Amino acid sequence: MADLVVAKKEGLFCVPGQFYIDPWLPVERAIITHAHADHARPGHVHYLAATSGAAILKSRLGDITLDTLAYRERTVHNGVTISLYPAGHVLGSSQVRLEYKGEVWVVSGDYKLEADGTCDAFEPVACETFITESTFGLPIYRWQAQNSILDDINEWWRRNGEAGRVSVLFCYSFGKAQRILNGIDNTIGPIICHGAIETLNRVYREVGIPLPDTLSISGINDKARLRGALVLAPPSAAGSPWMRRFGDYSDAFASGWMLLRGARRRRAVDRGFVLSDHADWPGLMAAITATGARRVIVTHGHVDIMVRWLQENGFDASAFDTEYGTEEDDNVAANESIAFKESHA
Amino acid sequence: MTMSQRTNPLHSKKAMREFAGLYNELDSTTATIGKLDALKRYFSHAQPANAAWAVYFLAGGKPRQTISTKLLRQFSTEMSGIPEWLFDECYLAVGDLAETIAHILPPPGNESCIALAVWMEERIIPLRNETPEKIRGALFGYWDELQADERFLLIKLISGGFRVGVSKLLVVRALSELSGLDIKIVSQRMMGWTDSGLQPSAMRYSSLIAPQVAFEGADPHGQPYPYPFFLAHPLQADPETLGDIRQWQAEWKYDGIRAQLVQRGGQRWLWSRGEDLITDRFPEISGISFADGTVLDGEILVWKNDRPASFAELQKRIGRKTLSSKILNELPAVFIAFDLLEHGGQDIRNAAQSERRGKLEDVVSAIGAPGLIISPVIDAHDWQALRVIRDSSRSRAVEGMMLKSVSARYGAGRTKESGVWWKWKIDPYTVDAVLIYAQKGHGRRASLYTDYTFAVWNDDLEGKRKLVPFAKAYSGLTDREIAQVDAVIRKTTVDKFGPVRSVMPTMVFEIGFEGIALSSRHKAGIAVRFPRMLRIRDDKKIDEADSLETLRGMLT
Repeated sequence: MADLVVAKKEGLFCVPGQFYIDPWLPVERAIITHAHADHARPGHVHYLAATSGAAILKSRLGDITLDTLAYRERTVHNGVTISLYPAGHVLGSSQVRLEYKGEVWVVSGDYKLEADGTCDAFEPVACETFITESTFGLPIYRWQAQNSILDDINEWWRRNGEAGRVSVLFCYSFGKAQRILNGIDNTIGPIICHGAIETLNRVYREVGIPLPDTLSISGINDKARLRGALVLAPPSAAGSPWMRRFGDYSDAFASGWMLLRGARRRRAVDRGFVLSDHADWPGLMAAITATGARRVIVTHGHVDIMVRWLQENGFDASAFDTEYGTEEDDNVAANESIAFKESHA
Repeated sequence: MTMSQRTNPLHSKKAMREFAGLYNELDSTTATIGKLDALKRYFSHAQPANAAWAVYFLAGGKPRQTISTKLLRQFSTEMSGIPEWLFDECYLAVGDLAETIAHILPPPGNESCIALAVWMEERIIPLRNETPEKIRGALFGYWDELQADERFLLIKLISGGFRVGVSKLLVVRALSELSGLDIKIVSQRMMGWTDSGLQPSAMRYSSLIAPQVAFEGADPHGQPYPYPFFLAHPLQADPETLGDIRQWQAEWKYDGIRAQLVQRGGQRWLWSRGEDLITDRFPEISGISFADGTVLDGEILVWKNDRPASFAELQKRIGRKTLSSKILNELPAVFIAFDLLEHGGQDIRNAAQSERRGKLEDVVSAIGAPGLIISPVIDAHDWQALRVIRDSSRSRAVEGMMLKSVSARYGAGRTKESGVWWKWKIDPYTVDAVLIYAQKGHGRRASLYTDYTFAVWNDDLEGKRKLVPFAKAYSGLTDREIAQVDAVIRKTTVDKFGPVRSVMPTMVFEIGFEGIALSSRHKAGIAVRFPRMLRIRDDKKIDEADSLETLRGMLT
């Protein structure tokens, strides 16, 4: 039988269904796995996404024509049965299950195996062919349990507070920030969020995800209230004038890339917390095995390496060229931040 | 597994953990004051035996490699159960062998609380002469009881590759502030501390920070140790700004090995600036007999036809442990003496430069040895005249001049309080060359292309113009320039050989270097010393880069 999904110049394309999954060029019909900018682009005519991701998607893409599916709910389009399953990456993130004439393909989108309190936990879906991401597809990447990282963040925050310093934690605005807010010990001190993060917090709160109270910097007139505060800010805020008001602060960055010393040093922050919204190497392998798929197609990340490893381990593995960024990709971000720091030196 | 989270006080009883914590703090902060605090915190709690080893490593001690890199790779690959090619891919992403190994190993099954000194003395050093099977068993056990950041350190300690961003002076400062001792006393007591012949011990550490005894500082009777080396500052302004030329002593600046020759109690020791004992490497120098209680400061050079030979020739001597008479004849070494630090058993470092110079001349003239030459003082009536003489540096095979204040005392390290030594170097050689290969850097630059190979034009046998590689360079660019060059490299790659990318030649750089010599080992037939990038020549097309002919013309 011909392949159910192929890579076209617009994006991953379901041939009999005549629709795309996370396309990067404007198309007629697109299924969106999650609302990160490289997967959810503007300009498509019809969108389909998980119900739990609808609010975020609309907040980012504006007034789009959006159909939604609850997780595990089914719909049929041009003879292809479509259903969505939780990917555990960010709020509303899905794996896309496609069934056509008895054959099942699953497109993973971005995923993480460990559950957190801000989205439905990853659920393995049996299939014949699994299309997987590979952002952290090297055996050096192995995460510690989320709780131990959150303990470290709490400890760092508490100690800074004791020394009368502000703690500035850089993290991605959508997903990572809310996961941290949801998990940290909010009794340690006040929490201040950058505007880019607060916009998303509002959407999370509206759909009922518990987040602690946060302050915006403009609401603080008395500088003494800053002492001992935790500030969450996107990486692009590093070195910007927005940071000046915090005086003597300790900074940190939360990302899977912080595992490596070189990446930590390039970031030039005081601390790196290894907290990722993607699967680590054991996670990728566990997810692949759990699908029971014999055929695996690898996208964005360490593609060639994963393909070779899977082939050597008996899988029918190949690659799709995609234009998804590894949104935690440090290279581009590091260069930007270096340039930024220099221009603000 | 994060390396930076390991400062949990609950773990502080574990000595390897403690040292790893210190390493992480030193590694993650760029502020000197933060590093100083971390050092003081560590040394105020550490047991003397562990502190002794910590001082050794932090001050730059490099024990001989205990286990070869090959075995480390092999055993870690085995323990992690991955194929070799996958190990190589991981290494490329990480850019550091010890860190790669630390992360690919399975999570530890045990925990241990073994002191740093025990690690070194009972677990690491004894492996030096063991069979591969024994080493394999030991490593598998060690790795299984350590977290990733501790494994990283362990491998650095085993492989002799430990390095962290603290200067020896900062360690001295921390110990001096903790013990209340004068910084000069600690500095003096630390001399020779990193010599691989002497093992750190609790006793040595205790005497390092013990209260000062009367008259201490100068006279280490019968001790082999040199004094802290006094280092020069580069002169960036015009020499006229230094005032009256008669207040300055000018000498040539030689490109050799800085060393102190120590004679005490009938014995002689030759120390390099890195505080390695190199007595046996240069018998023609360490064979010269002085009065007891004499310490000379100077430069070791290979000397031919009444002038210094190239540094490449000296390198042939440095590496050798056994010296044939052929080598000694072909590459004779000399000690160019330029200062006297101890005379008649007295520390005379606080005497003025001019006074020490007078005594130095007396000492050297009393000895008639071919291996000992006094550094000549260059006479000129004004700065302009001196500048003219300096222009002859290249033909004299020296790097320029040293300018020493005649009233300067001999300081410790790069201090200026005691008076100043300026190095007034000639401008480097420069050529415009084309970037043709690139490789990723290490450490902080692990995922960026930062190590470049440069080529110049040359006509091949058929008279066709081709680019021949002549130098590798990785320093001289700002982070921002590196990011730009990195982007161009990724866009213009034409081929990959392992970690090396060959790129379409599009970028011209001005390359500076300090020396040039013929070489049969290099494709271009020449080798340059200290090549680095001076600037990107965006204004030049690759056709306008220099040729090998230009480089050959620089050979003297």
